[in-house]
Amino acid sequence: MSERLAALIADRTPVSGHRPWPRYEIDDAAWVTIAQELGKGGGDLLSLWGDQDQVHLAMRVAGAAEPCVVSLRMTTSDFPSVGRFHAPAIRLERAARDLYGFTPFSAPDRRPWLDHGAWGLRAPLGARSPSMRRDPAAYDFLPALGEGLHQIPVGPVHAGIIEPGHFRFSVNGEIVARLEERLGYVHKGIDALLAGAEIERAAKVAARISGDSTVAYSFAFARAVEAALQIDPPPRAKILRGVMAELERIANHLGDIGAICNDASLSLIHAHCGIFRERVLAAADRAFGHRLMMDRIVPGGVEDAGPGAARGLQVMLDEIEKPFAEIVRLYDDTPSLQDRTCGTGIVGKDLVGQWAAGGHVGRAAGRDFDCRRDFAYAPYDDAVFKVPVFTAGDVDARVWVRIREVEQSIALLRHWLGNLPSGPARVELRDGSGEGIAMTEAFRGDVLVSVRIEGGRIARAHARDASWFQWPLLEAAIENNIVADFPLCNKSFNCSYSGHDL
Amino acid sequence: MRTLLLRSLFLRPVTVPAPRPDAPTPPSEDAILAELGRVLEVKARRLFGRSITIREVDAGSCNGCELEIHALNNAVYDVERFGIKFAASPRHADVLLVTGPVTHNMRTALERTYAATPDPKWVVAVGDCAAGCGVFAESYATVGSVEKVIPVDLVIKGCPPKPIDLLKGLLTLMEQATAKASP
Repeated sequence: MSERLAALIADRTPVSGHRPWPRYEIDDAAWVTIAQELGKGGGDLLSLWGDQDQVHLAMRVAGAAEPCVVSLRMTTSDFPSVGRFHAPAIRLERAARDLYGFTPFSAPDRRPWLDHGAWGLRAPLGARSPSMRRDPAAYDFLPALGEGLHQIPVGPVHAGIIEPGHFRFSVNGEIVARLEERLGYVHKGIDALLAGAEIERAAKVAARISGDSTVAYSFAFARAVEAALQIDPPPRAKILRGVMAELERIANHLGDIGAICNDASLSLIHAHCGIFRERVLAAADRAFGHRLMMDRIVPGGVEDAGPGAARGLQVMLDEIEKPFAEIVRLYDDTPSLQDRTCGTGIVGKDLVGQWAAGGHVGRAAGRDFDCRRDFAYAPYDDAVFKVPVFTAGDVDARVWVRIREVEQSIALLRHWLGNLPSGPARVELRDGSGEGIAMTEAFRGDVLVSVRIEGGRIARAHARDASWFQWPLLEAAIENNIVADFPLCNKSFNCSYSGHDL
Repeated sequence: MRTLLLRSLFLRPVTVPAPRPDAPTPPSEDAILAELGRVLEVKARRLFGRSITIREVDAGSCNGCELEIHALNNAVYDVERFGIKFAASPRHADVLLVTGPVTHNMRTALERTYAATPDPKWVVAVGDCAAGCGVFAESYATVGSVEKVIPVDLVIKGCPPKPIDLLKGLLTLMEQATAKASP
């Protein structure tokens, strides 16, 4: 428990109308103290984002049961840099400056992040002034100096069917001395699209922040809107949301387990996992009318499942459960595969703790956090499940987190599908105003959505993907590994580009 | 592993089977898929000899389209049996499969990828965003549909399009390309 941090917010009155977690307005001095305390490990940074005339920071004070938000009102265009004391804030601050024009004072890294000089605009959500277009390739990568070092530039267009981003490797022979990422290529202006949008339209945008986590984002967005407007969705909707979230988790984990093994040249597991994944998506399509279950969770509830959905999903689980166990045994019994995954791409417990890295990245390195359990929300508040945690922090551990989570998700699904409540699946939204915040556990880690609703419309919404705190750790994971192991490391992280670039 | 491999030898393939040429109109999605594949194979052979090669370019998608394009390679859809495969370099590609509302940040990369693809080449815009009707159309950060940046031969709509729709789209492309190639 960070006493200084806890004391700092203990006596403050939260801003009214911000639910369910408190939001406090603070001054520069308190902001700097928070940054220093976060830097000393006094809490987890959950997000940092700009608003019309404020910067918000979401955090969880170490040992506290729930997160909180602190807001600093901007009197000039500067605010004290959090990244100066707590590195996980650096990229978020660079993004806030690109989008809002707010400058983090004394920031350690002043390069643009999402703004590649291609928009013809500066600070599109702030002053919105026209700017000259720059050569998008012009970017000062950090130097890596030493005899025999050379660079390998990769991307933005990558070799596989994957999203775009640039990786700059500085290598010595086969060994990676430094990897630096440059992201932002798929920046679509999601914050601007959400601002001013009707809730129904905003929900559609939120569902497309990262397609592989469409359920998790719709879930978080719906819960944030419901918190702001004080709506409680019906029991059937709550359970169906859990069903969809776990189906999404299983489908993605199966895809990842297969793809990681494929990157280590064991295509047999890849082929089988591909079939399992296809079975899950086909069953989701029959049950919910969309393979990825996009737009099925909406503020107020869910689009109801078709008749026979529960039975169909149970049959699918019966089909994949045993063959999956066999594939897991194969993974465990193949030393040539483990030779590639064990000891590769290690991230230590200290780093995942400092960065509050969620999902398989954190849980493979001893960070025992799962939003479903630790910031419990319906239907997980009534559910029994284990959160698998490993300590090796390597590719192998990240595979095992996924394997164990698939097993837990199957058990959760069996429980819910056998006890599906009847009744309505959706309630009407009412007009109103308020602020809401929610976190859900996507397959790759916790996502955070914050909304401010004014007169039934979204005034400002912010989404923070788990990838924000995982991408930087990939740079650490690959250090001193061989270039040929990068695909393996990268796939074992499977960070989202779209979810990060927004 | 040996038991698994041995058993696989005796199992029926999960891949949807190809129907007989005189098969009646297929009733199920599996059968449509098989029929599509058969026609696709004939067209692809006529135009490209034995195969066509696709380079996928994500120019700003949410990655939903990528998931379904990926599925074309799994054992259920197994697009390679029709002579269609994905390449790592545009230099090896006949077809660019482009997704996303082209973002301003990806515009240059997309133009360069197109320029790096040898002629004759075809461009397929995949998904509602690439078609210009997705949720990201009106933004300071996006150019919009793919055809605003490079010439597009075919559009496959859907958010995201299912693998079956992608296969149907590739068939349509083959028909167009065949017509273009034979005067």
